[in-house]
Amino acid sequence: MTAVARLGRSLPTRDGVRRSLRGAVAGLVALAGVVAVWEGYKWMGGHTDDHWPGTSFGLPVRTNDLVMPHANEIWGSLWDPVQRGRSQTLAGFLFQSARFTFSEAALGFVIGTIIGLALAVLMLRFSTAERGLMPWINISQTVPLIALAPIIVTWGRGTALSDTQAVSIIATYLTFFPVAVNALQGLQSPDQADLELMRSYASPWRHTLWKLRVPAARPYLFPAFKLAATLSVVGAIVGEISAGVKGGLGRAVLNFATIYSTGPEKLYASVLAAALLGLFVFALVSIVERFVDRNQIHNSNGSSGAGA
Amino acid sequence: MKMSDSAIVATGIGKTFNGNTDNAVVALDGIDLTVEPGEFVSLIGPSGCGKSTMLRVFGDLISPTEGTVEVFGKSAAQARLDRDYGMAFQKAGLFDWRKVSANIELPLELAGWSKDRRSYRSAEMLSLVKLQEFADHYPWQLSGGMQQRVAIARALSFEPKLLLMDEPFGALDEMTREHMQVELLRIYEQLGTTVVFVTHSIPEAAFLSDRVVVLSPRPGRIHSIIDVDLGKRDENTRESAEFFAMTTEVREALRSVEAMS
Ligand SMILES: Nc1ncnc2c1ncn2[C@@H]1O[C@H](COP(=O)(O)OP(=O)(O)O)[C@@H](O)[C@H]1O
Ligand SMILES: [Mg+2]
Repeated sequence: MTAVARLGRSLPTRDGVRRSLRGAVAGLVALAGVVAVWEGYKWMGGHTDDHWPGTSFGLPVRTNDLVMPHANEIWGSLWDPVQRGRSQTLAGFLFQSARFTFSEAALGFVIGTIIGLALAVLMLRFSTAERGLMPWINISQTVPLIALAPIIVTWGRGTALSDTQAVSIIATYLTFFPVAVNALQGLQSPDQADLELMRSYASPWRHTLWKLRVPAARPYLFPAFKLAATLSVVGAIVGEISAGVKGGLGRAVLNFATIYSTGPEKLYASVLAAALLGLFVFALVSIVERFVDRNQIHNSNGSSGAGA
Repeated sequence: MKMSDSAIVATGIGKTFNGNTDNAVVALDGIDLTVEPGEFVSLIGPSGCGKSTMLRVFGDLISPTEGTVEVFGKSAAQARLDRDYGMAFQKAGLFDWRKVSANIELPLELAGWSKDRRSYRSAEMLSLVKLQEFADHYPWQLSGGMQQRVAIARALSFEPKLLLMDEPFGALDEMTREHMQVELLRIYEQLGTTVVFVTHSIPEAAFLSDRVVVLSPRPGRIHSIIDVDLGKRDENTRESAEFFAMTTEVREALRSVEAMS
């Protein structure tokens, strides 16, 4: 909750291209770092029989090829057939699964965002709604998703909902929260003086909302949308696993976990695919943000103004 | 009837904040004041004496706990709904996400003006405050003085009958401030509006006003009202003997206020 609330405070820097380049470079460096640590740890364990060097303390994770396959093996497995006798590669299979999960997550994200915004406006308009709803909104996120997902799936089966739609609802459940909390904070962010200005113009409530509160909330909204997008992927994967839905990354992770002993690299590859999907939805929202803000290049070059 | 001809008729205004609690503050007490149409009236007094509170009561941003305010023969609330007020504060309060012209058009949008009429008017207002070239700039690209001129253009764009200003030049340096005072007078004379102007600057009050209302604090009361008649004012006025005499008179009134408290 506090982490989410704090998100809104960071104003987006709008130095588009340079920022995405920097992001890409940072991503590559991070990936290289992970590979280096992985391989370094594995190399060390191989030389010390899985002990910390010079001690009798065992390493927390064993380093044999079954537990920790080489990074290049994980990479290589992507281009092997997903199953003996099938022409589809593991990469192709994971891509297809990611698309499936993406469509569930996207639906969950859209519905969750709409619900989150609607709740924020409701709480803004009626302070009784804020007092009444906020505790429930907070409590909602303390229920572990793992416990909740099967319930949603079971309820869904009692209605016309398909299991994939139930998965989207699970994604919705994670998504609406950061949107509601940050949107409310953003809508409440205008100064008293700005609100009084609108009052002096006899501005009706809805005009104050559109012309003052919503634009003022924008720096709070996009960080929430980004978080919500990645959470929608988490929700969809957990939901798929709980509901036993076939076709997505959740099922892929589950399947490869059961055949772990014959192909550990496939499990790692599917986890990697899940992470990439999370990054992808994050990037999508960032692109939309840049598009929305392209005419709003904020300060930092305010030198065009002269003296009074 | 005489009453409804006046721009503002305030009768027995009192304002107590946090009434019925231990930290009740009597900000205003027994304020009677009449402002005639076309008049320029300044409110001056030590900080915390209730100048802003008085302005906000006049503008129906807050309601008084006692007394009544009539604005052009109506209640203050009705005057606000009729968009009789233009307001400008120490902080220019421009919306960062709107260009200068769009900021000026904000009250016009709210009043339902057509797009063409709005852009025609905002161009007019920009030339009035001499910022034609800055229509497509964002507020943060402008200096403090320019922002304040945009705020004044915005406050006047819909030709409100009454302009309420709360230390609008308070954050500006002295030279900019004097320049803005001359500009404000020029616009005021051109448009013929009524102005109530809060300041804590003695020369500013003396230079701009037809009448200076001196307030005393705790509770805020009207100590005295000083008539000023400097005729047509320009930069030379500031060095005239009449101006010196006026500032002296206002200063002495403020000194006796300070001595009381
Ligand atoms: N919203 C408020 N709540 C409580 N006290 C207030 C409020 N606004 C103003 N006051 C008090 O009323 C008095 C007058 O304030 P104000 O009108 O702002 O003075 P000025 O503008 O002359 O400096 C001060 O003592 C101030 O603390
Ligand atoms: Mg004040």
